[in-house]
Amino acid sequence: MNAPLTLLDRLWSLHEVHQGEDGTSLLWVDRHLVHEGSHHAFAKLAERGLPVAEPGLTFAVVDHYAPTRRTGPMADPAIARMIDTLRGNATRHGLRLFDLEDPDQGIVHVVGPEQGLTLPGLLITCGDSHTSTHGAFGALAFGIGATEVAHVLATQTIWQRKPQALRITVDGDLPPGVSAKDIALNWIARLGADGAQGHAVEYAGSAVRNLSMEGRMTLCNLTIEGGGRMGMVAPDDTTFAYMRGRPHAPHGDDWQRVLDNWRNLASDADARFDRDVALSAEQIAPIVTWGTSPEQALPIDALVPDPEGLPPAKAQAARAALDYMGLVPGRPLAGTPVDQIFIGSCTNGRIEDLRAAAAVLAGRKARVPGLVSPGSARVKAQAEQEGLDRIFVEAGLEWVASGCSMCVGMNGDLVEAGKRCASSTNRNFRGRQGKGARTHLMSPAMVAAAAVTGTLSDVRPLLKGRAL
Amino acid sequence: MAGWTVTRGKAVLLPMANIDTDQLIPARFMSTPRTQGYGRFLLHDVRRNARGEPAPDFPLNAHPDATILVAGRNFGSGSSREAAVYALVDAGVRVVAAPSFGDIFAGNAVNNGLLPARVAEADAALLTKVLSTGTAQGAADLGARLLTIADLSVPFELDEVWRTKLLNGWDDIDLTRQHSTEIAAYRARIQSDPGRFPDDNAVRS
Repeated sequence: MNAPLTLLDRLWSLHEVHQGEDGTSLLWVDRHLVHEGSHHAFAKLAERGLPVAEPGLTFAVVDHYAPTRRTGPMADPAIARMIDTLRGNATRHGLRLFDLEDPDQGIVHVVGPEQGLTLPGLLITCGDSHTSTHGAFGALAFGIGATEVAHVLATQTIWQRKPQALRITVDGDLPPGVSAKDIALNWIARLGADGAQGHAVEYAGSAVRNLSMEGRMTLCNLTIEGGGRMGMVAPDDTTFAYMRGRPHAPHGDDWQRVLDNWRNLASDADARFDRDVALSAEQIAPIVTWGTSPEQALPIDALVPDPEGLPPAKAQAARAALDYMGLVPGRPLAGTPVDQIFIGSCTNGRIEDLRAAAAVLAGRKARVPGLVSPGSARVKAQAEQEGLDRIFVEAGLEWVASGCSMCVGMNGDLVEAGKRCASSTNRNFRGRQGKGARTHLMSPAMVAAAAVTGTLSDVRPLLKGRAL
Repeated sequence: MAGWTVTRGKAVLLPMANIDTDQLIPARFMSTPRTQGYGRFLLHDVRRNARGEPAPDFPLNAHPDATILVAGRNFGSGSSREAAVYALVDAGVRVVAAPSFGDIFAGNAVNNGLLPARVAEADAALLTKVLSTGTAQGAADLGARLLTIADLSVPFELDEVWRTKLLNGWDDIDLTRQHSTEIAAYRARIQSDPGRFPDDNAVRS
C-alpha cells in the first residue's frame, strides 16, 4: 500500500520537473503574477537579453502603486514611472496587463482568483509574500524574491526545497462577529511571527470548511505573518462553486474533467504532518494587535500588556513596541482613540469584507476619517450594485478605487507620523503605513466598529439586532 | 555574483527581534533603480531620531563599515522585497547572524551572496554578550560553518544547497538551462490537462 500523503505532498509531486540529488526540486510554475515591483526582475532579464519563457502563463497587474483617486494626472512622477515601466515590460513581452482602467484591475491576489487564473492544483508564484492567499483554492502558492521572479520569467520553473507540513485544525462554530482574520491573528499570537517558518500550513477542521472562499483567502493570506510561506485549504464544493464560470476557468467538458482531478486534492485521513496545532473556534474572540509585529495581538477585551510580566525574550520587544505605539501598559485596549481607519488590501478587501464592515456602519456615522478601497474593480462594481458604497459614504468615509493603497502606502495613501489607524490589513510593522504610523490590525467589522466609536472597540455589541 | 569561502570584517549588534523588511527598507524607496545603490536606504528610519537625524547611538551609524550583523530572532520577516537584501549588500554587509530568518528573505539573501547564518538561541546570547559593549572583528567560514566574533566561535546552520551556492556564486538560470529537455517534456505532458493552461474564454467573449 502506498504511504498516506498530505495535500502538500500531492501538489508538490504534481509539479516536479526534476528532483535534485541535493533534496531540492525544480518545479513547474502554472501561473506567474507580476506587478510594478517586479521591475528589478525584468531588468535582470533585459541584462541577459532573455525573453519571457511563457507569456501565456504570466500576468501583469497594476496594484502596488495604483492611485486610488483615478481622476486627473498622477501627481507623483516616481509613481507614474513605476506603472509605465510595468506597461513597457508587459508590452515588450506580450503579457496580459490588468491596467488602471481595466474593469478587471485590482490587487493581484484578488484578481487571480476572481479571473479563474488561480485554480485548485496549480503552482502559483508572485514577487509578493501574500501570494500564499491563492492556497485557499488548494493551490501551491508562495511569494518569491526578484532573483526568483527573473528565474521564473526566464524558465517557468523554480527551485525549491520542500517545506515541512504543519496542519492547523480549527473545529467548532465561530461566534458572531468573529472572522477568519481573528483565527489567523489567534494562531500567530500563539505560535509567534516565526512560528510556521520552514512550513507549509494546511488549514483544516469544521470552522475552516464553513468559511467562504473569501474567509479562506484571508486565512491563507496571513500565513506569511506567522512565518509560513504557503497556506492551503483542500478544495471542496465551496471552492468549485466559486470557480465555476470564472473567465479563465475550464468550462464545458473540461469542467467535468477538472472536477474529478480537484476532488483528489486533499490530505489522506492518516497522513502524517510534521506538526499539528488545534484551535477551538468557540474560544476565539475579536482580536486587535497592540504592537509592531502581528504576533503582538490580543482579544479586544484584554489590557495593554505589561512588559514586566512577559518573559525576558519578549519584554524588550514589547517595551519598544509600546513606546512606538504610544500605549500605556495595564490600560484596556478597548477605548484607545484612533485617528483614522482603513478598509481594504489583499487580506480583507473582498466583497464579504466590505459587507461585514457595512453591516456595522449602516445607519451610523464614523467619528474619524477613513478610506475604503475595494480589492478590485469587480469588487467595487459589486459593492456599488449592493449599495455598500452609499453606506460607507453616508457614514463619512471615502470610497475610492482599488489597489494596495494604505496597506503599504506606495501609492501615497499614507498614515501620518504618530497617527493611529485601525486597519484591515496584514502588517503592523513600524512605518508600514507611513513613517511613524501606528497600525492596529483587525477584521473589517472591527475596523468599522473603530470608525463608529472613534476608538478600538468590540464589534459584538454593535452587531446586536442586525442581520449578518 | 562571485562566490566566497571566508569573509572577515567588523561585527556589530542589532539587539532587536523581528527586524522586518519594512524596517530594513521603507517602501517609499523601492522605486529606485538598483544602479543607484540601495545602501543609503538600509534601516533608514530605524537609525534616525524623530528629527530625521542619524541617531549617534545606533550601532550602524557609529560603525557604517560593519560587514557582520548579529540580530534577534525572525530577521527579515515580512515582504518578499529583495530590496531589503540589496540595502544590506550595498551597505557592505556580508553576514547576518540570527536565531531565525524569514523564509523568503533568507532565499533572497543567498541569491545575492549574503549569508543568513542561523545560530542557536544560546549562541546568539553569547554573541550578544561579546558585542554588548562595542564592536569586534569577526569572520564567517562557509567551509567549516563557523562564525567567529572576537574569541568566540559558534556553529551556524545553513541549507547545504545554499552553502554550495554561496561558495560557487552560482546563478540558477544557468543551472536550470541544463534541464531544458526535462522542462520541455514536462510541458508536453501537462499541455492537454484541463486547467493547466488558462482557458481563453475571457479573450473570446
